[in-house]
Amino acid sequence: MFPDLGKYAVPVLAAYASMIVLLAGMILLSLRSAKKSKDTLARLEQNRKQK
Amino acid sequence: MSIWEFANPVRFMRLSGRVLPWITGLAILTLIPALVWGFFLTPDDYRQGATVKIIYVHVPTAFLAINIYFMMFVTSLIWLIRRHHVSALAAKAAAPIGAVMTLIALITGAVWGQPMWGTWWVWDPRLTSFLIMFIFYIGYIALWAAIDEADKAADLSAILCMIGSVFAIISRYAVNFWSQGLHQGTSAPLMKPGTETQVSAVFWQPLMLSIAGFFLLFLALLLLRTRTEIRNRRITALRAREA
Repeated sequence: MFPDLGKYAVPVLAAYASMIVLLAGMILLSLRSAKKSKDTLARLEQNRKQK
Repeated sequence: MSIWEFANPVRFMRLSGRVLPWITGLAILTLIPALVWGFFLTPDDYRQGATVKIIYVHVPTAFLAINIYFMMFVTSLIWLIRRHHVSALAAKAAAPIGAVMTLIALITGAVWGQPMWGTWWVWDPRLTSFLIMFIFYIGYIALWAAIDEADKAADLSAILCMIGSVFAIISRYAVNFWSQGLHQGTSAPLMKPGTETQVSAVFWQPLMLSIAGFFLLFLALLLLRTRTEIRNRRITALRAREA
């Protein structure tokens, strides 16, 4: 199933690994900051309504 | 219905909230099969061997790196002319995605170049303009972070974006107007059916799917990050009111 990359295994795997690491980091950071801002805004709106 | 109606943050939040899950789902359903197809199910190239598999990552990310900058140019221009905040925030939200795409294109290009050209890097017009574009991305992100006043940050970063767009254009067309350097010319004309140098369908079909997948991923991240920026703007306003 896994393709035989021969003598080019290192560059091919390095290209895919760097892409996966950088994209995963980007996605996780985006999701984390989205959740943080959503929660903070909800809390502030709640406080505003209670006043 | 006019496109300018989406410049209203409330309307943008409502609409983007509705389409975001669909675009995210579509991005997953496109990108993962495209990469699996490219990596596991395509043959080696007769000259480049297994390194041809890097094309399914390198070309889509390079394509997006240039086009995200173009999108930032358009949205920055809209901000400068029409003062729509969603437009400025969309440019701000796109910049880190563009920087990551540029970095992936640079890294994958280097690891592809080493076995094919015998070097990781050359000061070739396309590679150099790409590196300068990456520096502009970083500068743009840093400028937004350095200025507290939101409108002033949007103005200055929009101007920086305009200046950097020259390098985005050079990155796109360098191979056409400079017949020097190691980087090959654009692959697009090679894909016209019937030409002698046509890229085999076995390579370009997963490549097209991969470009579509990366584009959908960008769209999903852009909507998510623009929504975050709009919420952050509201948080700042509410805190200022409380203080």
